[in-house]
Amino acid sequence: MDTDLYHARILELARDTSTEGRLDAPTASATVNNPLCGDRVTIDVIVENADISVLGHKVRGCALCRASATLIGAHAPGHDAASLKVVAGAVTAMLKHGGPAPDGPWQALEAFRPVADHKSRHDCVLLPFQALVDALDQAD
Amino acid sequence: MTVDMAVLRAEFPILSTQVRGKPLHYLDNAATSQMPQAVIDAVTTHETQARANVLRGVHTLAERATDAYENARADVARYIGAAAPEEVVFTSGTTSAINLAAHSFGALLSEGDEIVFSLLEHHSNIVPWQMLRDRRGVVLKVLPVTDDGRIDLDCLDEVVTRRTKLIALAHVSNVTGAVTDIARVVAAARDVGARVLLDGAQAVPHGPVDVAGMGIDFYAFSGHKVYGPNGIGALWARRELLDEMPPFMGGGEMIRTVTVEQTTYAPTPHKFEAGTPPIAQAVGLGAAVRWAMALDLETATAHVNRLTGRILDGLRERPGIRVLGPLGSQGRAPVISFEVDTIHPHDVCTILDHHGVALRGGHHCAQPLMDHCDIVGTTRASLMPYNDDSDVDALFEGLDDAMARFA
Repeated sequence: MDTDLYHARILELARDTSTEGRLDAPTASATVNNPLCGDRVTIDVIVENADISVLGHKVRGCALCRASATLIGAHAPGHDAASLKVVAGAVTAMLKHGGPAPDGPWQALEAFRPVADHKSRHDCVLLPFQALVDALDQAD
Repeated sequence: MTVDMAVLRAEFPILSTQVRGKPLHYLDNAATSQMPQAVIDAVTTHETQARANVLRGVHTLAERATDAYENARADVARYIGAAAPEEVVFTSGTTSAINLAAHSFGALLSEGDEIVFSLLEHHSNIVPWQMLRDRRGVVLKVLPVTDDGRIDLDCLDEVVTRRTKLIALAHVSNVTGAVTDIARVVAAARDVGARVLLDGAQAVPHGPVDVAGMGIDFYAFSGHKVYGPNGIGALWARRELLDEMPPFMGGGEMIRTVTVEQTTYAPTPHKFEAGTPPIAQAVGLGAAVRWAMALDLETATAHVNRLTGRILDGLRERPGIRVLGPLGSQGRAPVISFEVDTIHPHDVCTILDHHGVALRGGHHCAQPLMDHCDIVGTTRASLMPYNDDSDVDALFEGLDDAMARFA
């Protein structure tokens, strides 16, 4: 394969179910659908003192979508809406314009760089971020 | 008799292209088929020697364009077995053909009248009827599907009533490939005086159909799935129905006279073709169906059925794969959908793309069927006579790679 989209780290993240699951009493929830393929992501958040304290998610989607949701589940708690929207913008720019991966733990998003060459798959990575932003907007 | 694949494939220039450094193995024909050189040449010749508007001009090019456009209509009529070219209305494709029927035939319906479609329909044979329901208060009823992906015609007696005015079904499912038993549908419709509309998008590519012989009332299909260009398709309907139906869109080309107070309309079919039509595309479609009619259909069908059998056998041999649709090659078209356990269809398709194999993954614009099957989507391979064994070999090579990666 000339561009290994499905490298070991992506497959590992896709299989990781440690952050999966819905929350019983979230501050806000958002579900987004990808009309192209029918994939669906739901993200629940509990927001305390402006920061996400707990995040749960349910994904009916491809490996890229599940891997993206796993990283969100792992790294979004402890951050506020403004900083997470910056991350969402950065991963979008990384895929669409070749920008750098976001800083800190979000450097892990570098794993998705091979997706940049597959425009039809960008939304697979971005769908969980869209759900995250929608949930944060509702919690606001 | 065998298909001379080298000769046949040489007629399709795109088949010699490469994808990601690999030879192209095009198995997404149910989405769009490829065009033979004869069609490409017909479009190019028209655009370089006869490009003009149709029906109104009196100069030479306009007459050439009008002749070419109407000759294409006659070719299409011959291909689908229409009684006359006037029964063929050019549209932009199947979707616009069904929308035309929903608007114009729908205008003849009343609140409480019933329309029947099935759970496995393409969205283009669902959404226009829902919109008609919202406009005119018709009632929509849905035929279920069988476990092997066919429309469950055993339920016709239960679903079709004296209020049924139209039964609108896929001739061939774009997901399962199942061929609908049209005789049973027509019999049920005739019992209650209902009309029958067929979505022929997946049937027309696999040989001439006989709209008059089937006893149906409407037939919709797309040119780009039958060796033709994009942006052209047709709605066939019985002449008396078309004459009775009001126009869909208003504008130039579809009128007889216009005053500021009122308009009288051109006769069928032109009253349904407002504005400048897709002329070169129609010419291309005419060339496409002529090409298809020249094909040795019996040999081509046997060839495609053999490849279909190979794919079905190969899928059955692999653990964790489930075929949605008939498992045999009888009563089905070469449209094969399958689910790979634990691998999303788009992941399958992306990995296969790196093997040069073009497949379609997703819900195939049939979300009600996907919901019924409780799946997000399927991977679909679909064949045309220009496919060969190397395409099937590449499909399974890629599939084995995908399954190994996700094991």
